Amino acid sequence: MRTLLELDRVAARYGPVPALYDVSLTVRDGEVVAVLGANGAGKTTTLRAISGAVSRTGVIELEGKAFKGGPEAAARAGIAHVPEGRGTFVDLTVTENLKLGAYTRRDREVKADLRRVADYFPWMQERGGQRAGTLSGGEQQMLALARALMSRPRLLLLDEPSLGLAPMVVREFFRIVGELNEKEGLTVLVVEQDARIALAASHRAYVLEVGRVALTGTSDELRGNESVRRSYLGY
Amino acid sequence: MLLASEFADFMQQVVSGLASGGIYALLALALVIIHRSTGVINFAQGEMAMLSAYIAWTLMTNHGWSYWPAFVATLAISFLGGVVIHRLVIRPVEGGSVLRIVIVTIGLLVAINGFVIWKWSGQPQQLSSPFGTSTYEIGGVVVAAHDIGTIAVAVAIVFLLWVLFRFTKVGLALRAAAVNPVEARLVGVRVTWMLALGWGLAATLGAVAGMLTAPTVGLDPQMMQAVLIYAFAAAVLGGIDSPIGAVVGGLLIGVLLNLLSYSSKYGAFDWFTEELRLPAALLVILVVLLVRPQGLFGKPEVTRV
Repeated sequence: MRTLLELDRVAARYGPVPALYDVSLTVRDGEVVAVLGANGAGKTTTLRAISGAVSRTGVIELEGKAFKGGPEAAARAGIAHVPEGRGTFVDLTVTENLKLGAYTRRDREVKADLRRVADYFPWMQERGGQRAGTLSGGEQQMLALARALMSRPRLLLLDEPSLGLAPMVVREFFRIVGELNEKEGLTVLVVEQDARIALAASHRAYVLEVGRVALTGTSDELRGNESVRRSYLGY
Repeated sequence: MLLASEFADFMQQVVSGLASGGIYALLALALVIIHRSTGVINFAQGEMAMLSAYIAWTLMTNHGWSYWPAFVATLAISFLGGVVIHRLVIRPVEGGSVLRIVIVTIGLLVAINGFVIWKWSGQPQQLSSPFGTSTYEIGGVVVAAHDIGTIAVAVAIVFLLWVLFRFTKVGLALRAAAVNPVEARLVGVRVTWMLALGWGLAATLGAVAGMLTAPTVGLDPQMMQAVLIYAFAAAVLGGIDSPIGAVVGGLLIGVLLNLLSYSSKYGAFDWFTEELRLPAALLVILVVLLVRPQGLFGKPEVTRV
């Protein structure tokens, strides 16, 4: 498999406060890769570093080319970032949110994609005129995912999609992500506190500890790993 | 019972109130656009409009342009001017305290006023109305052509703006950038350019307001100062973040002030003279802020913890 994304010794800071010290990771085409870790381990910052929402050092390569831009450039390079806390435009309607997902596209298939996305989320079609802020938390998370799909991303970044959602909704969310990965070859880098669901949904995973990669392997390997079990899976 | 002549008189006041209200609405819309995206009241909005009116005037008087080409050119110049003001003056102080931007807009107010007096002197000038000085009689109601034209232009501009925001991709991006700049960046919207575009649009709206105001009150460096207060009142009354509110608020303020003056003719509110129009507008601002801070169409502010 081709390497889609490569981070080499990436560090990042918020003003004077360092958040990432040394993160190297690889995401290959068609993979679902999970990043696990405790609160404050740098999971969210890793995604922000990739999409340029935080200033960073080290090398980030997208399909072998160095990527240095900010979020606007990341969106144009095919990175769809679904931030923590859903990140929908609450004042805009469902349809407007979806159209914004396709903002960087110049092709004429946006309308067709609106229908394609509706295959995964049938409820969105009849509620297109509803303000996103009036949706439930689970629906907003689905909308955020649908909006990301509208950009036809090469790489989908998901930040803590399980946060604040009922277990059933989380399972449904990851079921759809899995289906997108299998059917459409969507490449996903997902950051999750819920290690159990993240390991079940991913091919490979990285464990972050205080801004560094502490452990990596296939998701099956990590599930069997003693320290991962004790620290993140809790049995 | 109202006599026919009294009714005609009343309607006349309503129509001329709608005309001035249309101007307040345009300027209030400009304030709303900037408030939504930048989070501040642009105190220089009136002076920017006044400068635009001077540009139209100088194109016609000193360069021999005819009205409508000068009108369109002024809109284009004002649009670019708004973009440049955002890039050069506002953007450097963005991101800090809101007070910094407010102070810069007040500085801009003084600077533009000073520039106009320096360049064209403070002497009042004549900017003609493209609609002439004739009057029409419709069912006994005498209305000025300029008032009808003003209402028509205001309606057309509001309609165009509505189409832009509601049905175009750039309008959607403008709204997204205003309500949620961080997310907007993530979907690829170039937010700083959208903010500049907002300033350009606001300057263009102001230019229309300025060019429509000058024919009735005379072109001079102070001409937009009262209009800006009425526009404040309109924006606050309608809800400072609501474009529809700005339009309704503008029309209400225009008609209300005219009817107060009108009723004094018939003994009611006979103490209400021209001099009280501005204080009345300020009273509207105060009462709305105390009783219903979000205005007629605004959403109540919710502070999340």
